[in-house]
Amino acid sequence: MSAPTKPSYLDSIDVIEVQRGPDPGGAGGLYRAFGETLRGLKTTLARLIEGPVTIEYPEEKTPVYPRFRGRHKLHRFEDTGLEKCVGCSLCAAACPADCIRVVAAENVPGERVSAGERYAAVYEINLSRCIFCGYCEIACPFDAITMGHDYEMADYDRKDLIFTKEMLLAEPAERTPLRSEGE
Amino acid sequence: MTLPLADTQFVEATWVMIVKSVVIFAVIFAVLPLMTVLERKLIGRFQHRYGPNRVGPFGLLQPLADVGKLISKEPFRPANAIPVLYVLGPLLPVISGVLALAIIPWGDVKDGVGFYGIDVPIGILYFFAVSALAFYGLLLGGWASGSRYSLLGAMRSAAQLISYEISMGLALLGVVMMAGSLSLVDVVRAQGEVWYVVPQIVGFLIFMLAGFAEANRAPFDVPEADAELVQGYQTEYGGMRFGSFLLVEYMEILVVSGIAAAMFLGGWMGPGPGWLDPIWMFAKVLALVCLFIWVRATLPRLRYDQLMSLGWKVLLPLATLNVLVTAILVVAL
Repeated sequence: MSAPTKPSYLDSIDVIEVQRGPDPGGAGGLYRAFGETLRGLKTTLARLIEGPVTIEYPEEKTPVYPRFRGRHKLHRFEDTGLEKCVGCSLCAAACPADCIRVVAAENVPGERVSAGERYAAVYEINLSRCIFCGYCEIACPFDAITMGHDYEMADYDRKDLIFTKEMLLAEPAERTPLRSEGE
Repeated sequence: MTLPLADTQFVEATWVMIVKSVVIFAVIFAVLPLMTVLERKLIGRFQHRYGPNRVGPFGLLQPLADVGKLISKEPFRPANAIPVLYVLGPLLPVISGVLALAIIPWGDVKDGVGFYGIDVPIGILYFFAVSALAFYGLLLGGWASGSRYSLLGAMRSAAQLISYEISMGLALLGVVMMAGSLSLVDVVRAQGEVWYVVPQIVGFLIFMLAGFAEANRAPFDVPEADAELVQGYQTEYGGMRFGSFLLVEYMEILVVSGIAAAMFLGGWMGPGPGWLDPIWMFAKVLALVCLFIWVRATLPRLRYDQLMSLGWKVLLPLATLNVLVTAILVVAL
């Protein structure tokens, strides 16, 4: 099949040559189609040999990066066991979603809760409003609050998403796997 | 050389025939659901996935869940469907598939019992006769559904049938000439020295290509064509009626694989003691079934006219040439 000849009236106009594939018919086409079919079969077989890349989620969790911002954690001093939080409410002030509520109280000598003068009598984070921006972590002068690695926080009731101080201090039941170096 | 009409004087007792039919029927219907799992798992692997693995160990009980779901569906019939034909649609292909399974040989005659449903003298012609019946089911179902997508799917399946069936027949003719018999059992026995896939490689390729069309499988699944025609002739079917169309698809894969294994891959022939024969046959059929799935995972659906031109312009001349060359060689040698 020869290319159609260009009519003379088109000589002065720029005509864009349409790119066409090779002529499908003939023995050459058959050979080409056969070869390409075999190439396709090889491609899919290679995928079979590589094996699945699926992460079977509920049984197998996606590892997170070390700086992943998941559920918050409150910390204690490791040596004394006192809470690091002194109830300054800077985190609540920094929070753009306004989801942190801190009520501070004076430490009583004899039963100290925190290392400073005051401690957080109430420390609540409403995780249904939290946007996990990490500003609370940046605002905290004592590194008392950090973002953890937990991301499984779905629940059936909104009120269950308000995390209290005890829940934030406690270690999460199942640790989320952390990505290793270079992964 | 015997006459083309096979001389199968081998007769069995009636009760043997009945037991054999029941066993073949039961085994095949146990294998079909496993094929659906095999297909879905293999396709998954071809796409870097696992496939179904939730129901039962390794997802093996998935078909049970599927069938349970299909059975619990309402047997709905569209208002403008033709009642009797609509019900007959999915029924005919099932019958045709079961009939075709009868002639697939799983082993040689042992202790007066042949390891096959029946050794019909017209052999391969019987396969063509009953497998063509399945298309009446598709046509009737598509036409009686009263839906344009169904009708288009039915028309496509008719057009597809005429464009591959001739090449399919011609592809097998070479083997028939070499074996000098139409009976599948005789054909397998004739492959003691060399499997016919070696001298008849062209015939084998043409038969497999036509077989993909016969089973309405990718890349020739134009009657279903879920992207263009919703589901083609199956569009208006639901519940177990849809399920039986699905069943037939797998049954036809099994039939085509069985015929190809018997005609080209030496059937039950293989090293080892005699009791291994059905296992060899099964392994060959399984390999061909995997080929079906592999091709489905690889090739995109051909356009309607591409299928026509492939069937008429490529397969038919090639198959004719193959038959002519084989005929000359058989006579000359």
